[in-house]
Amino acid sequence: MSEHTSATTATGINMYDVRPTAEVPAESPLAWSYHHTGHPGVSQRSRVVIRERALLGHVVLRGGAIVLDEAVRQVLGFGLPARPNTLSQDPSGERSAQWLSPDEWLVIVPGGEEFSLEAKLREALGDAHYAIVNVSGGQTLLELEGEAATELLMKSTPYDVHPAGFPVGKGVTTVFAKSNLILRRPAEDRWELVLRRSFADYLYRWLLDASQEYAIGVDD
Amino acid sequence: MLHIYCPYCEELREEEEFHPKGQAHITRPADPDACSDEEWGDYLFFRDNPRGIHHEMWVHAIGCRKFFNVTRNTVTYEILETYPMGEQPHFTAEYPEGKPADQLNDAQQEPSRQEGVHV
Repeated sequence: MSEHTSATTATGINMYDVRPTAEVPAESPLAWSYHHTGHPGVSQRSRVVIRERALLGHVVLRGGAIVLDEAVRQVLGFGLPARPNTLSQDPSGERSAQWLSPDEWLVIVPGGEEFSLEAKLREALGDAHYAIVNVSGGQTLLELEGEAATELLMKSTPYDVHPAGFPVGKGVTTVFAKSNLILRRPAEDRWELVLRRSFADYLYRWLLDASQEYAIGVDD
Repeated sequence: MLHIYCPYCEELREEEEFHPKGQAHITRPADPDACSDEEWGDYLFFRDNPRGIHHEMWVHAIGCRKFFNVTRNTVTYEILETYPMGEQPHFTAEYPEGKPADQLNDAQQEPSRQEGVHV
């Protein structure tokens, strides 16, 4: 195996790049849904637009907040969110870290960066007590925009998505259409849904069905 | 539907996100080999079923996935308090209005929640 597809850290942990080169064809968890269910285009009437951000790097960090925060700050340039149910991002909004539980965070980076991120974090963490898991293959991210986005969310989740209760920078794991997902609001007019791949088709079809009245469009 | 306060998420969430996990504050016998069959059987199988104040474990299954404790009134379904693992309740059968201030002393130590890893 070539050098950049696998590596061993100083502390003896073997790492493998699950998607070593771009030539290997990869499909988003929704590829089949697009083929089978279709994807209505965005029109003038569309009050909700969804867009998949496929094949991003999703990494779950577990361990003590102080130790992980220092390492993340060193590698990514911004710290972990300090409060429960919040999100921190770099200025471009391309990289983010979200609180999932008192000892667990989800870091999302552009696709392809996750392997080097993991290596750098492991190097920064040294002998600390922690776990890093690359879960990129297990989930996907959907962006939701448009004036009716909140209405669509209100149909789907019991969580209060009113702007007063869900300010920008918040992110929660909650019930969504009898399944569950991570719901977050990185910007004033944009919501993000982090779905498990096994629920992706179901939730995609749910979203299309629930927002038919808003003339939903799927942005490619 | 109950609205339950998760002490780790620090906010009220829908009951749908939680699962009850039975009686709280059950300690495993320190030396199982020294237990009589009756003691071990009590530990494994026998649970309290009080009328009134009861301490239970709940898990925030769709959320932070942490276990925590709930003091609940089994007659009115009222949830009197929720508190993280390792802490003691303020409301008990002896003190249904909450323990007086002098009872809340020493044993109340705040676990290192931000650190996550208990030392």
